[in-house]
Amino acid sequence: MSEAEVKTNPQGDPVTSLEPEQKTNPQGDPITSVAVPKSDSDGKKDPHADAKKQKVVTPEYLFLDAPRTKEFITGSEAAKEAIRRSNVDMAIAYPITPQSETMQLVGVLYGEGYVKEYYRGEEEVGVMAAIAGGSRAGVRCFTATAGPGTLRGLEGIASWPGHRLPAVAMFTCRVVNAPLAIQPDNIEIAYLLNCGMIVFHAENQQDMYDFIMAGFIISEKNDVTLPVGVCCDGFFVTHARGYVRMQDKSMKLPPREAWRGAVPVLDAENPPARLSRDAPVQKSNFMAYNIHAVWQQEVWAAVERSRKYIEKYMGGLCTAENVEKADAVIIASGSAAAQSREAVRLCAEKGIKVGLIKVRSLRPFPTQELRKLCKDVKLIVVPEFNYVGWLAKEVAAAIYGHSKAKIIAGPHVYGGQSMPVELILDEVESGLTGKKSTNVPLSAIMGVDDPAAVAHFMRSI
Amino acid sequence: MAIKTSSKEQERIIVPGPAGFHPPSAAQLGVMLPDPGQGLFYGILEPNEEKVMEEVARKMLTSPNATIFPGPLVLWNWNEHAAEKAKAVLEIASQIPEVLVIPMPDYRPKYPKIDPEEVINPNHPNLTIWGNKIEACIFIGVHCHYANLTLKMIRAGTNCCTSALCAEQGHEDAMLTVRDCDAAKLRRVAQVFKRVREEMKIKLPDSGENVRFTGTQSKVHGGKSHTNPMTFMPGAGTASAAAFGHKAEQMQREA
Repeated sequence: MSEAEVKTNPQGDPVTSLEPEQKTNPQGDPITSVAVPKSDSDGKKDPHADAKKQKVVTPEYLFLDAPRTKEFITGSEAAKEAIRRSNVDMAIAYPITPQSETMQLVGVLYGEGYVKEYYRGEEEVGVMAAIAGGSRAGVRCFTATAGPGTLRGLEGIASWPGHRLPAVAMFTCRVVNAPLAIQPDNIEIAYLLNCGMIVFHAENQQDMYDFIMAGFIISEKNDVTLPVGVCCDGFFVTHARGYVRMQDKSMKLPPREAWRGAVPVLDAENPPARLSRDAPVQKSNFMAYNIHAVWQQEVWAAVERSRKYIEKYMGGLCTAENVEKADAVIIASGSAAAQSREAVRLCAEKGIKVGLIKVRSLRPFPTQELRKLCKDVKLIVVPEFNYVGWLAKEVAAAIYGHSKAKIIAGPHVYGGQSMPVELILDEVESGLTGKKSTNVPLSAIMGVDDPAAVAHFMRSI
Repeated sequence: MAIKTSSKEQERIIVPGPAGFHPPSAAQLGVMLPDPGQGLFYGILEPNEEKVMEEVARKMLTSPNATIFPGPLVLWNWNEHAAEKAKAVLEIASQIPEVLVIPMPDYRPKYPKIDPEEVINPNHPNLTIWGNKIEACIFIGVHCHYANLTLKMIRAGTNCCTSALCAEQGHEDAMLTVRDCDAAKLRRVAQVFKRVREEMKIKLPDSGENVRFTGTQSKVHGGKSHTNPMTFMPGAGTASAAAFGHKAEQMQREA
């Protein structure tokens, strides 16, 4: 071989590998996707064969009656298995690094024929816009993102409810501010709470699996027609394994019936097809002053209407354990609920009766449920994986005037910290005995005798 | 002098307005949608939807300028069921003397000029109510999101008693709502209207021409002031939204 014929890499070094040339996409990443399935006639197995055999069953049967078997899987794998059974039409990925392998696993489902369309977006702005387009065109859409990706896509995400777009987005929360970290810090949920979307917070892999599937059905109810965000504390849930009880993969949910939505779907075949809804986008000169206002009212009315479906398909907006006659109650969501459960056990060993309320749905928020459950409670402890204490503020605002409980907004861990169970235990004990807390400032405790501290707390709500 | 109200009226939550500059939505007031077989009676769950149908009939038969607002789901010939529902809507119309039929053919803001007396639109439904002095109305075949916007705005700014005959789960912001209205249930509503009208001894014109045309509708139909809605039956002469003055070219201009 002459010198001129020697192949070189982009750096000019001679390429000596005997391996076949790796195909790459325009970004330079190796192409590893599964090829288009070949017919059975060539003797090879159709990779879509199992997907084609899936049978549609009712949501009621799948969620409530179908037999389940237990597997030990990660949260990302649980999400994948939920998508396998959810009859998803389109999934769009932007695998922010390091997020989770969720969307990569959903890509495998595409290769297996369980998801009809799948591609990688340019970035989160493009992904969320594409989800909007898919949902508006009438198909069932899914995506997942995390941390900075959530905030980058937030403009699109915040527009979904107003456009009445059913879809499910998974948020595997992690630190959003510098310095970045993969560990959980669920501050991004605070941004999602006021978008007008439905927001669930999964404690573990099982919740992740169940909430995603229920999310599709609730999202697409005519009187709801809103996106659902299924959040979890990333890393703990996505990367760690837990037991998940799952229905057989031969079953799937019914397809989306877009014609039943609260708004007409985009008719791309009959121009003019408009990507925005017919009204009231930026044409305020031609409409009554209050159309924008009632539009927002309607979005939040739809959030309210989702309550009965959350009751039906998920068993309630919150769960309560041993709250009656408890000395104190811990209210928590996400991974904090798992830590709190262990704290409850340790308290019991010390002879302290502590109840646990786990909030599963943050939007809609279980306001009436908490008012009823906390009516006679004397102490409430709200541990959270973030600095600002958004859940404590929600709880305080919900039960204000309905309970005389002292509310401790803490303990908080953030920036990717784990939450030692002892921190929660300390707050229960100091709350009951009056001992000074080492973790929670006085200004984060409502219901103490210091009016200035109460005023400070209320100002922060 | 204080205005006296009965205890029954005090219990009502969603009543004809004007409810205010920007009143809370019915959902914010705690009104929940009815289950199948139930209706909403001024914001209160009514276990027997037939009672709601009767109240809709009473309001439409006794209120000035009662109007039916058909939406895209019954105005356009999507499929046989849509046509069947449209026929049932005309059967309801045929039971109400002097009723107006004003279409909501789509949901786009009407620009550069709106004609609120001829067409209703979710972006400014109050103008249509004010312009025609409508004090009772029925919405049929409007996509739920847009019906909800419309109903909220009408309750906020007008004194109109709103009813929604909904194909899905009903509407909290309507004063009266019946859910799951397929063609069969709409025909049942027409029968209820007939019975209530006869009980109230309200007669229809001998000519059968009980629907009052709006200005444009009259112009389209050679200056006639009234018509018999049953002559608009799909397949039996002129039909569709064009009969009510809304033409395809108008939509093209708005594109």
